[in-house]
Amino acid sequence: MDNQELLEMKKNACKVRQYIIEGVFNAKSGHPGGSLSAADIITYLYFKEMKVDPQNPHDPDRDRFVLSKGHCCPALYGALALKGYFPADEIKVLRHIGAMLQGHPDMKHTPGVDMSSGSLGQGISAACGMALAAKYDNKDYRVYAMLGDGECEEGQVWEAAMFACHNKLDNLCVIVDFNGLQIDGRVDDVAGLGAVDEKFRSFGFEVIKIDGHSYDEIEAALDKAKTVKGRPTAIIAATIKGKGVSYMEDQVGWHGKAPNADEYKIAMDELNAQLKALEA
Amino acid sequence: MAETKKIATRESFGLALCELAKEHPEIVVLDADLAAATKTDIFKKAYPDRFFDCGISEGNMIGVAAGLAACGKVPFAASFAMFATGRAYEQIRNSVGYPHLNVKIAGSHAGITVGEDGATHQCCEDLALMRTIPGMVVLNPADHYEMTEAVKASYEYNGPVYIRLGRLAIDSFNDPETYHFELGKGITLKEGEDVTVIATGLVVNEALKAVRALEAKGINARLINMHTIKPIDKDIIIKAAKETGRIITVEEHNIIGGLGEAVCAVTAECCPVPVSRIGIQDTYGHSGPALGLLAEFGLDAEGLEKSIEAIVKK
Repeated sequence: MDNQELLEMKKNACKVRQYIIEGVFNAKSGHPGGSLSAADIITYLYFKEMKVDPQNPHDPDRDRFVLSKGHCCPALYGALALKGYFPADEIKVLRHIGAMLQGHPDMKHTPGVDMSSGSLGQGISAACGMALAAKYDNKDYRVYAMLGDGECEEGQVWEAAMFACHNKLDNLCVIVDFNGLQIDGRVDDVAGLGAVDEKFRSFGFEVIKIDGHSYDEIEAALDKAKTVKGRPTAIIAATIKGKGVSYMEDQVGWHGKAPNADEYKIAMDELNAQLKALEA
Repeated sequence: MAETKKIATRESFGLALCELAKEHPEIVVLDADLAAATKTDIFKKAYPDRFFDCGISEGNMIGVAAGLAACGKVPFAASFAMFATGRAYEQIRNSVGYPHLNVKIAGSHAGITVGEDGATHQCCEDLALMRTIPGMVVLNPADHYEMTEAVKASYEYNGPVYIRLGRLAIDSFNDPETYHFELGKGITLKEGEDVTVIATGLVVNEALKAVRALEAKGINARLINMHTIKPIDKDIIIKAAKETGRIITVEEHNIIGGLGEAVCAVTAECCPVPVSRIGIQDTYGHSGPALGLLAEFGLDAEGLEKSIEAIVKK
C-alpha cells in the first residue's frame, strides 16, 4: 500500500469505528469492544482484499466473508455501509424493531452479509462449506472467516479446522481477532485457551501472527495466504479490544455494553479528532 | 401390488439419492462417519467426488452443508437421527433454519427399531426437535416407494427438510404403479367410519395390518398415512375428525412432540374430538432385536390391533 492508500484505509477504519459507536449507542445495546478490535481488519478486507461489488452482492464468483464472531456485526455493518451496500442511516436504527440490521448478521435481509451468524463456532464451518463449494465448482473465489479468541473455546471450531485441512481448503483464510478478552474476563483466566497459533498449526494450517492494527502486517499476511497451496491459512491477529476509544481499550466491561450519552460524546469526539488528524 | 422384498428406508434413501444425482450435479452428500449405516455409501460409490465425509463431527457437518447451500449446492447431510437432530440441533436451527438454506438433513436409525444398540442410539425425539424449527419441513416416509418419492420432493422444495430413515428392513405396501407423493398431504390407505387411525413412518404398515384385522371384529377404522409431519395436513385431519369422531395416532416416537401432538393441535383448534396417542410413552428404549422391541412397545400389528380395539370399545 502506498501512503495515500494507507491514509484512505485509516480514514475508512475511523469512519467504521464511528458507525460502531453510533449504532451501539442508538441501539442502547450491542458489542462495541470486539467490533472496535476487528475494525481495522474488516475495513482492509472490504476496501482492499476482497473481490466484491456492492452493486452485485449475490455475484456467485465474489469472495465471501463470514463473521463467525457475529456479535461484532457493528463493524461489518459499518464497512458495508461505507462500501455502499446500503444507506448508512440503517446503522442508526440497528437492533430496532423492524430494522434491517439485526443484533447478529442476517444474510436473508442484509445486502453484503454472506452468512447468518452469531452462535459462536458455527461460522467457520459455513466458511468451510463455501470454500468447498468453490473447489467443487472450480471457481477461484476466496473465503474469509473471522473468529474471536474466546470463540476458539467452542469445540466446533476445531471440528471445522480438521475439516478444512483434510479437504485442503487453501482458498480459506481464518482470521482470529485475538483481543484477549471475553465476557467473563481475560481469555487466559476464563478457560485456559492456550496457544491458538500452535493449535491451528498442529491441525495443519499455515499460521501467521500479526498485529491486527497494522495495515502493513494485515496486507502482508493476507498476501501470503493467497500463495499457500494445499492447506488453509490462519492469521492470528493480536488486537486491542475497544481499540480507538480510549476508555474502552482493553476493558472487559465494554464487551457488550452501550455507552451512555456522556460516554458517547467522548467516544465520538475522540474518533472525530482522529479523523481530523488523518484529513489534515 | 408391491413386490415383497424387504428393504429399509435408509437403503431406499441411498438409492434415491443416486438416481436424483444423475440429473442434478448440484446435489452433494455429506456424512459423519456413518456412510455404511445411513446408506450414503451407495452414493459415495457412484459419485466419490460429490461425497464428503466429515468424520465424527455432526455440528461441523451441518455448518459445512449450510455453507455449500449458500453457494448454490444442494447438500444432503446424513447421520443417525440421534446425532443429526440431537447433537447438531442448534447448528440446524441457527445455520440452516434461520437463513432458510437449502439443506436436506437425513436422520437414520430413528426410533426403537435401531434394536440392539439400545437407548443411546434409539432417537424417539427427532420429529419433535425438527418440528420446532420455523420453516423446516419434516418427512417420515413409510416404505421404499414413499421414500423414493420423498427424496425427490425434498430436492424440489427450496428450503430445509428433515427426512427420517429407518434401519429395519420392512415390507413395501404402497403400489409403485399408483403411488403419488405430495408434500404436506396425508394419504388415506383405508376408508372407515368408526375411528381414524393416523400413522407415520415404519409403523404405517403395522397399522394397516391392524385395521384390516379389526374389520373382522366389526370395527371399521379409517387409516391415514401421514408421511409429512410438518406442514401437517390439516384438511385430512379435520375431515377425519368430523366424519369419524375419534382419532388414534400411531408413531415410533415419543408421544410428546411428534405426530400425536401435531394432530392434537389441529383437532383442538379446528374440530375437537378425542385423540389417543399410541407411541413411545415418554420413556427410553433399550437393547433387543428390533421386531421384539416393536412388539414390546405395542407398535407391531398385533399390539396396535389390541390398543385400537380397547380405545374404540372404551
